[in-house]
Amino acid sequence: MTTLDPDFDAAREQRRARLFTRINKADAWFKVLGLSWITPVLKAIAGDNPRAQVGEVWRLLGVPLLAILAFMLMWGTLAPKVQTSLGAIPGPLQVWEQVENLTSDHIRQMDRANDFYARQDERNADRIANNQEPRFRTFTGAPTFYQQIQTSIVTVFFGFVVGTAIAVPLGIMAGLSPTANAAINPLVQIFKPVSPLAWLPIVSIVVSAVYTTQDGWFDKSFLISAITVTLCSLWPTLINTALGVASIDKDLVNVSKVLKMGTWAKITKLVLPSSLPLIFTGLRLSLGVGWMVLIAAEMLAQNPGLGKFIWDEFQNGSSQSLAKIMVAVFVIGIIGYLLDRVMFAIQSMFTFSNNR
Amino acid sequence: MNRFIATLAAATFLSSPLAAQDLEIDELTFGFIKLTDMAPLAIAYERGYFEDEGLFVTLVAQANWRVLLDGVIDGTLDGAHMLAGQPIAATIGYGTQANIITPFSMDLNGNGITVSNAVWEAMRPHVPSMDDGRPQHPISASALAPVVEEYRNEGRRFDMGMVFPVSTHNYELRFWLAAGGLNPGFYSPQDITGTIDADVFLSVTPPPQMPSTLDAGTIYGYAVGEPWNQQAVQRGIGVPVITDYELWPNNPEKVFGITEEFAEQNPNTTRAIVRALIRAGMWLDADDNANRSEAVEILSYPEYVGADEEVIGASMTGTFEYEAGDVREVPDFNVFFRYFATYPYYSDAVWYLTQMRRWGQIAEPQSDAWYHEVAAQVYRPDIYLEAARSLVEDGLVSEADFPWDTDGFRAPVTEMIDALPYDGRFPNAYIDAFPIGLHSTQHVSDGMVHD
Repeated sequence: MTTLDPDFDAAREQRRARLFTRINKADAWFKVLGLSWITPVLKAIAGDNPRAQVGEVWRLLGVPLLAILAFMLMWGTLAPKVQTSLGAIPGPLQVWEQVENLTSDHIRQMDRANDFYARQDERNADRIANNQEPRFRTFTGAPTFYQQIQTSIVTVFFGFVVGTAIAVPLGIMAGLSPTANAAINPLVQIFKPVSPLAWLPIVSIVVSAVYTTQDGWFDKSFLISAITVTLCSLWPTLINTALGVASIDKDLVNVSKVLKMGTWAKITKLVLPSSLPLIFTGLRLSLGVGWMVLIAAEMLAQNPGLGKFIWDEFQNGSSQSLAKIMVAVFVIGIIGYLLDRVMFAIQSMFTFSNNR
Repeated sequence: MNRFIATLAAATFLSSPLAAQDLEIDELTFGFIKLTDMAPLAIAYERGYFEDEGLFVTLVAQANWRVLLDGVIDGTLDGAHMLAGQPIAATIGYGTQANIITPFSMDLNGNGITVSNAVWEAMRPHVPSMDDGRPQHPISASALAPVVEEYRNEGRRFDMGMVFPVSTHNYELRFWLAAGGLNPGFYSPQDITGTIDADVFLSVTPPPQMPSTLDAGTIYGYAVGEPWNQQAVQRGIGVPVITDYELWPNNPEKVFGITEEFAEQNPNTTRAIVRALIRAGMWLDADDNANRSEAVEILSYPEYVGADEEVIGASMTGTFEYEAGDVREVPDFNVFFRYFATYPYYSDAVWYLTQMRRWGQIAEPQSDAWYHEVAAQVYRPDIYLEAARSLVEDGLVSEADFPWDTDGFRAPVTEMIDALPYDGRFPNAYIDAFPIGLHSTQHVSDGMVHD
């Protein structure tokens, strides 16, 4: 009977339409998070044609899962057949075992740190009893896998932020003024293709010579890694910013002239907003490059971080080393992916165009 | 024994807060290379000996000996596990000039020479067998000579790896080759590759990469510290032919190096470091190596040596595996304290100097007095004995553990593989006795040896 009620139908249609708008809006966020398969599931639940949605879910969730499964199977069967001097290449199970091992190493190290601080507290209690100043020192144990991950992430962000702070203003200059562009361009073209491994010795020698203060703000090794990241990750941001700024709609530029906008106002009100999509494209590329460069730099310079972890394990040459290195490879991949997603999310928040 | 040590630890623990007050600095960073002979550092850390002295030490593995030395010179490292030749070479300005001293010898022996499986097969017919069919040790390099000859006839260079130009391993490998009639090549001021007139060409590879480099076929053999000889056996890629114990029983090996400046500015800290290291060495050798299996477990942690326990244990626990399955007793393969191992003897420094002269790293003739002066500048038994004395006073060690009255020269050695007697008091006479090597008046220039 209700179906005959036209008002009710209309209301239901409206609700449905609102629901779907909401799902479509959420879809943008699911995409950002890499969970776009949720959208068709929600749509099916909301009453859309289930068959079409099943197809979507299959494409977005089923196929990738199946591919991963196939990869694991292939890896698991083929790996044990390759004998290396460190034993057979580890399969997925052995690699997972090492994840557990690394975690228990971390817990062991944390326990040791706690013991150390307990002893320190005891000593300090003694010192206070003897009317002496208590002394506090940090635990000096070796960094664990998780601490190395943390170091790498902090380093890459530091290098990246410094790089951005240099690249964006330079890019805007190059984009706004053809003269500046002519000046900057040749240098960019020459330095852009230089490998991090070539920068590293120069950076480490210069940092050792210049950063001699013992103020404890930064470790030299941290600065060396971070600056190498900066040098290699500048270029995508610089080039894309310049391109974005140079390709602003001529009409907008004319409007700014008519309004007699100052340079600062022009940059903040006009140039930045309209070139943001390309700037972000550059930033995403830069962060990706920076992450790759960092691992190489840490490996070569023996600076703390995931790269050092890999090199140490390679040097250890124990029967677990290969599996541990594989754990690190996956972690590097996953973090690289997450970094890209984070940038993508920030980009989605700031820009409204489709030019991603 | 463990309980005894625990009591000792507790005793110093109570006394330490007072001692710690005099330290000039208490936060230190020490470098090491992933080798089992870094054990005194790991043990001093793990057993709390550093902490007992009020020292907060960070141990950092280094990529290679060059990086490690630079770290000590530029101050990123306060001290390091070093090759005995490094402080000496730095002091006389071979390589980077820097005044580095050693108040503590870290160990005796602990190295081996390994060749690839293919080379071993070719060598084996020239090696005499024992009654049970196993090869007779020690194996002379004269068994390698025909193999090198064969390679040369095929137009191939015979390359071997060692870990650093002034490393013990370089001198030991040269010593072994020369004792078997093979010339390992001379250095000259213009040519620092050390391959002038060479039959066998030596090149530098960092210790942990030795097995991989051998496996890759870049070198046919190498001289390196443990566990990298035993790992070649475990990985089935090579056969250790001789240990340095067979080259020279109880030869001096790694040292603990600091800059002279550090020792002068921080005398109390330096003494505290040596105290902790002496206790670590004692623990490693206590009760006929009773603690070695515990030490092996500690060394197998990834932040120290990180190799498998079996591999590290193979040499640390008094045995050595040559060919797979051919395990022999070498009770003194690693010595950390017995035989006054930690005392920095002048005669040890002089031996390294004679080898530097023998192969042309020291280009000009030098007087006996010069050798003794350099030795006394680098090796600092005064600091060592002061630390030892304070340990005796604290009741932590016994008087008999230290050679209080020595003049710094060990008794003349007669058991070296080339059968030449060595007396550190007469370096030039020793140099002149070598059949292969520069004599005390010769020098190398323009790629040739001149009188």
